[in-house]
Amino acid sequence: MKTTNALWLQCGACGGCSMSLLGYESTQLHDALQSAGINFLWHPVLSELSGQAMVDVLKDILKGTIKLDLLIVEGTPLLGPNGTGRFQMLSGSDKPMSQWLIELANLTKYCVAVGSCAAYGGIPIAGDDRLEGTGLQYHTNQLGGLLGANYTSSSGYPVINIPGCAPHPDWIVETLSCLAMDDMRPTDFDPEGRPLAYFGHLAHHGCPRNEYYEFKASAAQDSDQGCLMENKGCKGTQALGDCNIRSWNGSGSCLQGSYSCIACTMPGFEDTDAPFLETAKIAGIPVGLPSDMPKAWFVALAALSKSATPVRVRENAHNATIVHQPTRKKAPQ
Amino acid sequence: MSRRIIGPFSRVEGHLEIELERNETTVLEARVNSPMYRGMESVMLNRAPLDALIIAPRICGICSVSQSVAAAKALAKLSNIPMPVNGELSTNLILGCEVLSNHLTHFYLFFMPDFARDIYCDKKWFKDALRFKAEKGPAQGQALKARTELLHMMGVLAGKWPHTLTIRPGGTTQNIKTVEKLKLKTILRRFRTFLEDTVFGTPLEDVLSLKSIQDIQHWRKNNTADLAAFLNFSQELDLNLIGKTNSTLLSGGGFDVRGTSLFKQGIYDANGLGALPVDQISEDISHSFMAGPTSQHPFNAINDPFLDKEDAYSWCKAPRLHEESCEVGALARHVVAGHDLFVDSYQHNSSTVENRIFARVWEMALLVNHMEHWINQITPDDTFFESCAFPENGRAVAFAEAARGTLGHWIELEKGVISNYQIIAPTTWNFSPRDKAGKAGPLERALENTPILKGEDDPVNVQHIVRSFDPCMACTVH
Repeated sequence: MKTTNALWLQCGACGGCSMSLLGYESTQLHDALQSAGINFLWHPVLSELSGQAMVDVLKDILKGTIKLDLLIVEGTPLLGPNGTGRFQMLSGSDKPMSQWLIELANLTKYCVAVGSCAAYGGIPIAGDDRLEGTGLQYHTNQLGGLLGANYTSSSGYPVINIPGCAPHPDWIVETLSCLAMDDMRPTDFDPEGRPLAYFGHLAHHGCPRNEYYEFKASAAQDSDQGCLMENKGCKGTQALGDCNIRSWNGSGSCLQGSYSCIACTMPGFEDTDAPFLETAKIAGIPVGLPSDMPKAWFVALAALSKSATPVRVRENAHNATIVHQPTRKKAPQ
Repeated sequence: MSRRIIGPFSRVEGHLEIELERNETTVLEARVNSPMYRGMESVMLNRAPLDALIIAPRICGICSVSQSVAAAKALAKLSNIPMPVNGELSTNLILGCEVLSNHLTHFYLFFMPDFARDIYCDKKWFKDALRFKAEKGPAQGQALKARTELLHMMGVLAGKWPHTLTIRPGGTTQNIKTVEKLKLKTILRRFRTFLEDTVFGTPLEDVLSLKSIQDIQHWRKNNTADLAAFLNFSQELDLNLIGKTNSTLLSGGGFDVRGTSLFKQGIYDANGLGALPVDQISEDISHSFMAGPTSQHPFNAINDPFLDKEDAYSWCKAPRLHEESCEVGALARHVVAGHDLFVDSYQHNSSTVENRIFARVWEMALLVNHMEHWINQITPDDTFFESCAFPENGRAVAFAEAARGTLGHWIELEKGVISNYQIIAPTTWNFSPRDKAGKAGPLERALENTPILKGEDDPVNVQHIVRSFDPCMACTVH
């Protein structure tokens, strides 16, 4: 079996994507990596290699004596201050991480952005441009980023984006494994480089509060069971990802945990029109309507479904626990 | 005498670089730096108070929940809201689960693999250390499996980990029902079994009844489990003699239920146990790449980078408690709590590599024990959450005990939005640079006089000492 050399680097990162990776559970992480032939030249959490020996590996890649197949980046590339990249130097190297990334990206077969920070900039770039931070090939939703709009790795692919804060371990491990086995085709990705297997869905798909959504029976308080879209900032109907089809940590998801989707897979999620846990509205109508839904239809359907809401759904929506059970059919007399 | 830069460090959270001044056999002086700036506190400015619950956890992906808890506690103080008992219990379980997973990850993935480095290949105990080899040793897979199964508690309690949003000032948005209590108990039971079979080799109750160093010596006899293996390596390598910080021990306190805290707030210094004078915490930036007055109280601090500052060598500020550097972490909090075992080991040996590692692993037994009780105390029919409102103006400080030690959040509101947010993270205390008096931070002191093995460029003892703090550089340079 061929070996795929992978290198995982952290930029302006919280490390959450690496922590998520460790939680892969279809098999054990090491088994999954081995079965795909992935050999980490270096991973910040897993590797024994430390210090100058690690910097030497990077130098050997640049010299061409070690081949690099998968360059995996976690965290926001930082270009500040004043374009120098000195906000993040690679320890022990006297060279900005952003510069290492540019040089390594030119040699790798595939370049993968893990997490919304590496893909689009993410939380650290919220508010202002003090960090001069950016994504690998996008700056929020604008093509460009650190590597530029025209960048392709030696395989001909642009940066492959696995957004999320943090992404599901399946998304990371399976995408890396398929790439290692050259098992992905261009049609497996959307135009922004996201694997369609996961990002062909909306977070709304499989939402445990679907009945409340159908009737627009909305939560008023944060602990209510009702739909969180109308008042509590939930963006599940607009955010890409199969979050509620796939279980997180065995059985969870944001909605299973009883809190709103903040659209952490989407470019620019860090800068919102309203506070994260409130829904931005104009004239009482949410600004962010469900994907692909004309506004007039949404308003009309919402009015109709609200008027048709069963008492059970309306009252349960305003409680933290079920107060009305679904009606049981009586056995025929 | 020569200078050498050591870095990057794998198996620490985030980016770390250490400058050593050394001769052939000994480290003379050390300067610690995290070569990265993110300025996450600035992201919070001019935002709604509850936005802190989204941004603060994203400072750190490994101790994300501790950031949520500290932020929620600070916000709760501002809104003057009491948390329902169910909310406290659920919050404690979520944080407890994170601390357990952090300690487990640290022991098996970050710390122990250093004993399986080739430099020790001629030691008679090396064959025992191969079990912990990075990526390849069987212990790695066993620990990852136990970790993944333990984190199933997060799926039930918190939706997901890292970065949950269920933790609020007024409790948790997630309700726990009777069937879910059962699920939590089963998951924790399985983790208890892993600890008893693989980590300790004895029932947790035996571990928790240890009262002195002599008790530990007796307990580890004929014990072949992983903690005893560490104690053997440590004895062979004299790890109970190195890594002393000579700093005040500090605990901010945490894991509250009904007005009492499992981890007490306080300090331990040359005068023994004492109260923590919260007002006397300040941050010195004389050696930090930061602009502004040299000494800043968190309520008056600023976060502007100043890269070309003379004498600066770290992005980390230097927190001080009335001009003293402080060590935080599992060892510190159990000495401050007055636990016989740790008072005894600290008085005999001070804060060494061995004492820090032992305290952290021991704490897993303590937490599992308490978490079992917390699950039992949840009353599913009662509320988990109260809504809260915030004043237009106000300030508050709150602490949480994260896996790595005391985490403090200072928040200030003006006209209804966040006008100042300052965080002092555990590793900010432990890995602080020098202050204006030239006094070194705890790790810098711990590295002084470290013995270097023959011919080493990159001393393995430095690796042991650095990792014995379980540094989280992501938090440090938030």
